[in-house]
Amino acid sequence: MQVLQSDAQLVARCRQGDDDAWRELVERFSRYVYAIAVQAYRLPPSDAEDVFQEVFARAYENLHKLRDDSAIRPWLAQLTRRLCLDTIRASSRVQPEESVEPLEVDDAITKLDEALVVHEALATLPDNCREILDRFFARDESYRNIGEALDLPAGTIASRISRCLVKLRGELEGRKPASAESGG
Amino acid sequence: MRNYNEETLAELLRTLPAPPEAWVRAAQEIPLARRGLDDIVERARADQAFREALVADLERALQDAGYDADPALADAVRERLSY
Repeated sequence: MQVLQSDAQLVARCRQGDDDAWRELVERFSRYVYAIAVQAYRLPPSDAEDVFQEVFARAYENLHKLRDDSAIRPWLAQLTRRLCLDTIRASSRVQPEESVEPLEVDDAITKLDEALVVHEALATLPDNCREILDRFFARDESYRNIGEALDLPAGTIASRISRCLVKLRGELEGRKPASAESGG
Repeated sequence: MRNYNEETLAELLRTLPAPPEAWVRAAQEIPLARRGLDDIVERARADQAFREALVADLERALQDAGYDADPALADAVRERLSY
């Protein structure tokens, strides 16, 4: 099992100029930022890429302004939302006072928050479980591709996925609720 | 506490697909890019010939000095030197 640093610890290291910590922070939140842009706001890929890069550029520049290091996740979510809205306004040429917020964005982001907690738990599993679950569910790879990539018989993939889901569930249910709230 | 049955976990794992690797790599390289920017600006202030080359043809001067031909970097240099 791997022990992940908390969000606050990671932010503190970033603020000290630790490049490895920055890479880890981007890795930790890249899916979240991406999903807000393409799922909650349904931005096309070119706009989503611009928003994605701008979010991390601004986060890097303004990390020192974050009052509570453990609040990096909601801070990034808010930054991403604001940039998505700016992009929609710019592309649709609507008046600034008109609402361009898609319906049910809050619900979508709540679900992404929950998904991020699951991904954080996934990151603590052994490499073999992490890899197989990520490839099958998040990267949508076939049994055949997974078998070839991980040098496993395709016929064993389904049972391995099932066993790894049990481990993931155990990891999540062993967590204190506070860890989900803090994002740590 | 949330009931994480197999279907729920599968759905939540699918909810966060990976962004393109190039996007992630570019974001991870932000500190390096910023340092390159600082180096360029510092050198431009200290080295008159380099500064003149930047003013004459910024992209070419950057390439000649060994920096990536990155439009964002060029824009940032232009902005910093205009102060």
